[in-house]
Amino acid sequence: MTEVISSARPAGAPGPGGEGAAMGGQAVAAPLLQIVPLAGIPLVVAALVGLVVALAVNDLWPLEFFHVVGGGLWTGIDLFLGFIIGPVLGRMSIPARVEFSKRFMPKMVLLMPTLVIITLTGGWQLARHVGNLASSSPNHAWIIASFVVVGVMAIVALGILEPANLAVLFELRKPVPNGALIGKLMKRFIYTAGVTGAMQVATLMIMTHLAAS
Amino acid sequence: MSAPSVHGAGPTEAPPAPALPPVAHIAVLSMALVIAGGIYMGSHLPAKASLGVPIGLLVASGVLVLVNVAQLARLREFSWSTFRLVGKWALVAYLVITGLLEYVFVLDGTRGSALVVLTVSLAIFAVDVPVLLAFSVARYQPVEQRR
Repeated sequence: MTEVISSARPAGAPGPGGEGAAMGGQAVAAPLLQIVPLAGIPLVVAALVGLVVALAVNDLWPLEFFHVVGGGLWTGIDLFLGFIIGPVLGRMSIPARVEFSKRFMPKMVLLMPTLVIITLTGGWQLARHVGNLASSSPNHAWIIASFVVVGVMAIVALGILEPANLAVLFELRKPVPNGALIGKLMKRFIYTAGVTGAMQVATLMIMTHLAAS
Repeated sequence: MSAPSVHGAGPTEAPPAPALPPVAHIAVLSMALVIAGGIYMGSHLPAKASLGVPIGLLVASGVLVLVNVAQLARLREFSWSTFRLVGKWALVAYLVITGLLEYVFVLDGTRGSALVVLTVSLAIFAVDVPVLLAFSVARYQPVEQRR
């Protein structure tokens, strides 16, 4: 992991004074951009260990805790970023956006997959615990609907957004990042915001129905 | 999930698209097939489900993984060091994630052929995502000749 997170520039990329410096002399010493923040890894490990304990104990409260906390954060962060932070940043200056992205996006690399796995595994076990997985349950159809919603979100997140996120981070580590490439990759977030938002609202409807029934 | 836009950090023209095989598209399709199979299985668990549909989806997904392996094997000019770097750590992360999912299925008493289908599906998922991430990053990195 150290190799991933502490290299100031990608393998094969020029350092200060190399090719980057030759491109108009605009290259500066690239600040250390962490793709995966080391400091967050113990927190992720602690959360996953807690999840495994909750699954093994199989009591209602810890399962509810992991599913509700994880799912609430996942949905809330998704909607907040898509419809509040995203448009605000779109109106900020380019250097400000770059600075924000360099500090913000590595944190998302750790945070979102952790929230997703906590929510999904906790939710599966919770559904089984309260009997919603059984085909005879009146909530079974709602559970299946939640599977479909999660499936769509997984394809969008893993197939479209996460690759773009990582590619942008690696581009930002270069002495002279390619703004056009970054812009092209970031458009994926705009194009998929509607789908993600609709899926998250559907999740809220399904989960509040399940909680109320 | 949304994220900020950082247009204009460098040159204003988008780079010409490198002529690379559609590895990312195929990985996404393969992943979608195993997710569809997983939803089908999940909608029937803990009861026994007919395995015809998920096995069909799994076979199709497996074929796509092999297609991707073949496409990658034929690539000569590519940022292989970046591909290996990202792929290696993504594989570790997704082995942890799929391991947790497998643990839940075993904990819930899933056994026999249903468990085999789920395990192979998770294995394909754990390969698809790292390949997708590694390829998507490496395609924009400086090209190296394969040794």
